[in-house]
Amino acid sequence: MIIMIPLLQMLVLVFAATYDLKNVNIYLVDKDMSSTSRELASKLDASPFFTINNTSFNPDDGEKAILDNKDHMVLVIPQGFERNLIRDDKASLQLLVNAIDGQAAQLGYSYAASVIRDFNKNIIAEWKGLPEFNPPYQINAVSRFWYNSELEYKWYMAPGVLCILVTLIGLFLSGMSLVKEKEQGTIEQLNVTPIRKIQFLAGKLIPFVVIALFDLSFGLLIAKLVFHLPVVGSLWLVFGFGMLYLLGILGLGLFVSTLADTQQQVMFVTYFFMMIFILMGGVFTPVDSMPHWAQIVDEGNPIYHFIRVMRMVVLKGSNFGDLIHEFIAMSIIGITFLSLAVLRYRKTA
Amino acid sequence: MISIQHISKSYKDAQAVRDISLEVKKGELFGLIGPDGAGKTTLMRILMTLLIQDEGNATMNGFDVIKDYKKIRNIVGYMPGRFSLYQDLTVEENLNFFATVFKTTVAENYELIKDIYIQIEPFKNRLAGKLSGGMKQKLALSCALIHKPEILVLDEPTTGVDAVSRKEFWDMLKKLQQKGITILVSTPYMDEAMLCNRVALMQKGKVLDIDTPQKLVENYARKLYAIKSNDMHRLIQDLRSFEKTDSAFAFGQYLHVTGKDDEVEATEFEDYLLKKDHVELEVFDIQPTIEDVFMNMMNE
Repeated sequence: MIIMIPLLQMLVLVFAATYDLKNVNIYLVDKDMSSTSRELASKLDASPFFTINNTSFNPDDGEKAILDNKDHMVLVIPQGFERNLIRDDKASLQLLVNAIDGQAAQLGYSYAASVIRDFNKNIIAEWKGLPEFNPPYQINAVSRFWYNSELEYKWYMAPGVLCILVTLIGLFLSGMSLVKEKEQGTIEQLNVTPIRKIQFLAGKLIPFVVIALFDLSFGLLIAKLVFHLPVVGSLWLVFGFGMLYLLGILGLGLFVSTLADTQQQVMFVTYFFMMIFILMGGVFTPVDSMPHWAQIVDEGNPIYHFIRVMRMVVLKGSNFGDLIHEFIAMSIIGITFLSLAVLRYRKTA
Repeated sequence: MISIQHISKSYKDAQAVRDISLEVKKGELFGLIGPDGAGKTTLMRILMTLLIQDEGNATMNGFDVIKDYKKIRNIVGYMPGRFSLYQDLTVEENLNFFATVFKTTVAENYELIKDIYIQIEPFKNRLAGKLSGGMKQKLALSCALIHKPEILVLDEPTTGVDAVSRKEFWDMLKKLQQKGITILVSTPYMDEAMLCNRVALMQKGKVLDIDTPQKLVENYARKLYAIKSNDMHRLIQDLRSFEKTDSAFAFGQYLHVTGKDDEVEATEFEDYLLKKDHVELEVFDIQPTIEDVFMNMMNE
């Protein structure tokens, strides 16, 4: 159970939670039917992101296709596009984008725009027939993506999903195990023994740290084998931080279960924390684009730090010196949660 | 061995225990007898250092329940009312676990639990959760004894256990007592009270009386009648509305009835009830039991 479920989660989620934009369906309304317009269309179609799905001469049909969720975008090339381009050196195009999914719309739009811009540049150069010895003054920005040059989304997601996974195990299992003793009454029998508070809590922590670290290494192995995740940095750093992280998360789980009386209560409260941690942690949406206050709040979010460390070490190869801030923040969070749990747990409750 | 002085404890809105004082001597088998909600469990949990009293103090073998709680935990065995062992561990694992927690081994104190453990030994690889009620209770007792405690505290050990197992259990307690262990046991069953050396009758957080069960019965100076007829429901109503009746309670097949000032004769009840058209009427004198004593005290 404890191994199979994370494995499945890892395999399914990393594939599913992708922002890679592929197969954007375009509805083409070409009213110009000139060689230029056809060239533009074929250029779009040739790009790996776009497929020209349907064509017609009526823009309303295109809108309808968007309404029916058949196509993502409508490209309207007005009549006289080529003529205007030649005569006035400029022409307009209309691009209608289905923005139900904001992220996909934005990406689709910018991809399409870049294809069109590219096309535009070529065509101007072609018509103006500029001689080679007198090239136009143009700044040509070539972009290169560092640390993940092919923008492989799986590499971005895999460490994130792994973080969620480890958190799930830590938070739920530790919380459940203590409250189960309460529910079954075994804590009563244990409380009258000379066993010490610290010994008892350590007994509740250590097994789950081991299980979670095992899952972490297992998950990394899958990421390496299945997704070919490049592990640039030191694994010691990942596991060292993972250990620190787990102590904090388990501390939180224990703290919640010292307050709760039933497993339902623990489930509810830990779920609440999980949701906030995950959604604010930057697994799916970049923290940099969150409002300023959210970024400040995130300093207290263990998942945020863990994900940062995972991505920085695995993809970028950061060393301990680069991660001192995260280590300090995580230590503070961990000590806080653990001491809350220790203080709140009373044998004579 | 156990000394309780003016202990009081209240929960949010209910006073569970009011000003209880009692002494349990070394080697005694002492019973706390009373209905649900009498405060037996609360008192035991205070003694077991699981609960802190509001007022008063208590010592176990001279150790204060608040200051020396760590020492108490080493010398006392506790069997809570609810089965509190690990249901997902086997019989043997449970025993080993508790032995380890008390820094001892099963072998070291095997002599003490031998008589009890031998009965569940054939099932030692079975999960504790899958045992029958009587066997669970024997396992719980074994676990409570594994560190050779000087005092044994048992909270309603026989509730929900069949009659045969109950008898066996009390035989085991007697044997443990002979080995010098002081035993404090609570029970809602009056028949078990007779098996204790001394009992405290408790109700609503108060101790009504403390004595040997025999003395308690002897001191019961009331004339008691057993009455029966064909319509028991109407019988109890009629008797309770009779001006000469002091109390009337159902005890099995009969009603146990006392008259006002013990001056009412059996014939007076008989005449009254015959007038009320009761048929198959039986009225006769009986010897009181501890239950009658208790009912009488509760009434006062």
